[in-house]
Amino acid sequence: MSRRYLVRRLLQVIPTVLGIVLVGFALVHLAPGDPVLAVAGEHGDAAYYAFMRHRFGLDQPLPRQLVTFLGRVASGDLGFSWVQGRSTWALIGERIPATLLLGTASLLVALAVALPLGVAAARRPNSARDATIGAVALLLFSAPAFWLAQLLILGVSVGTGLFPVQGMSTAGSDLSGVPHVLDVARHLALPALALAAQELAVLVRLTRSGLIDELERDHIRTARAKGASERAVLLRHAFPRALLPVLTVLGARIGHLLAGAVVVEVVFGWPGAGRLLLTALETRDIPVLLGLFFIVSVTVVGANLATDLAHAAVDPRVQLD
Amino acid sequence: MPPSIPASSSTELAPAHAVPALVIRRRGTVRAVLARPSGRAGAALLVVTLALALVAPLVVSGDPFALSGTPLEAPSRGHPMGTDALGRDLLAGVVHGGRASLLIATAVMLVAVGCGGAIGLFAGIRGGMADDVLGRGIELFQVLPRLFLVAVVVALFGPGVDRLVLTLGLTSWPAIARVVRGEVIATRGLDFVLASRALGASRTHVATRVLLPAVMPSLLVMVGLLFGQVLLTEASLGFLGLGDPTILSWGVLVGASQGFLRTAWWLTVFPGLAITVAILAFNLLADALSSVLGGR
Repeated sequence: MSRRYLVRRLLQVIPTVLGIVLVGFALVHLAPGDPVLAVAGEHGDAAYYAFMRHRFGLDQPLPRQLVTFLGRVASGDLGFSWVQGRSTWALIGERIPATLLLGTASLLVALAVALPLGVAAARRPNSARDATIGAVALLLFSAPAFWLAQLLILGVSVGTGLFPVQGMSTAGSDLSGVPHVLDVARHLALPALALAAQELAVLVRLTRSGLIDELERDHIRTARAKGASERAVLLRHAFPRALLPVLTVLGARIGHLLAGAVVVEVVFGWPGAGRLLLTALETRDIPVLLGLFFIVSVTVVGANLATDLAHAAVDPRVQLD
Repeated sequence: MPPSIPASSSTELAPAHAVPALVIRRRGTVRAVLARPSGRAGAALLVVTLALALVAPLVVSGDPFALSGTPLEAPSRGHPMGTDALGRDLLAGVVHGGRASLLIATAVMLVAVGCGGAIGLFAGIRGGMADDVLGRGIELFQVLPRLFLVAVVVALFGPGVDRLVLTLGLTSWPAIARVVRGEVIATRGLDFVLASRALGASRTHVATRVLLPAVMPSLLVMVGLLFGQVLLTEASLGFLGLGDPTILSWGVLVGASQGFLRTAWWLTVFPGLAITVAILAFNLLADALSSVLGGR
């Protein structure tokens, strides 16, 4: 990766992040009613409002306010929840591990299932097996995550009672060590599966098309001419290179994954950021909602950046004009 | 991959950018799409969906909010999809909810295709600075997480179908703009475009009569995919209670079933199935069209 690329790609992040903060600022100021209500809540008295107006610079002219707002967000000050009176960061921070666990588990499930299926489909394109895998992938891609989550509860949990359907660990239990891990894993299984479905579908299709593209290339013909077995051609020569587009898209789908996590968390009562979103929404807790919006947006930007840099590191052809 | 847009913003499902900028006769394309199993299945499901959402409200009598039976009645001849916790007919709900979901998604698509098409064409034709600036704009609106943005909008402005359509539309156009821009860049130097320029065609003529038709096939693939995505997002928002509270949509129905999973399976199964069938229809058609055009 050239230094020029690295610098230019890093610089591109700045206008995007500025734009995200600007969108949040514009929304708060375009909303009906006094913006002080949006930062200080609706239950303060005049003195408190005056204090907040001054503290958040709302008594300043608009451009000045924008600068203040940018400065605050840039320094990581996301304000305080109206409802809980705690810092937005702390509130969101304590929910992140649960969402991270759910997201990571479902990505691992998706990869573990999708890569072999993608290889199996690409081995004989347009065969019955390929068509079946393709059809199942498209079906999973089309089904909403919250519905799959409910179907899993209906089909697996209500029927067999094997998996718990609410929360992250057994309520009232006082487990630690290995039993605790197993308990969490049992709670995690169905939500992770529901959230994995759509990513799995995307990954199957990408692996398949990436492999088929790769198998048409010259270096594959060379490998075959040298007498490599079909298995070695597929797995050793084609597969690693076909993974590149898979990883690229994986990075770009982080936003979808987080949106999916929200609805899955709601169905399963999983104590992550998605549940926090819903509670904050019910109480119109604007600072928390804005905080979630900023954090998720910046995560998406970061994931895109990481993907692009990783891509450029392994593929020297990648460059910006 | 067109320059100045990073690789991470590449397409998420079908590699629409692999579609060659061919101008294919329209009737031939439709026939070729329908010749594929996925195209036929997609068309059939789309017909079912449209029949359910557009025709059936005229047939299935009355108001989806009206009480018409005992609460939580299992599917029967009188109520083919059963009744909900208040004794409302679920079939009426699914049929009317479908109309709402499809209308909202269509409105979103109009905003997205209008903005995305215009911006993509402009960026692709002008190139240079304009393209750079618009490229940043495309990236910005693409990273905005829809669900979280809608949550902020709903909390600040209150729920409503107008802001729902605007927010979804304004976060959906980048996908369209990217495809159009990429195709325009791939096409603008080709002989038939140069010929029309040389013949003295105006800029508007070249943009709308020469480039736009050439872009159309890839655009349609993207529109199909995006329609499915928008339906999915709209359903998620309805499920979370972020939609318009006065409108019954598929997502709202599934959301309402959450408390009755153990007692009334039909409340989740039928509306969820309707959403899936509708989304599947668009994905299948987009798939078939994309493979007709040479993608994979």
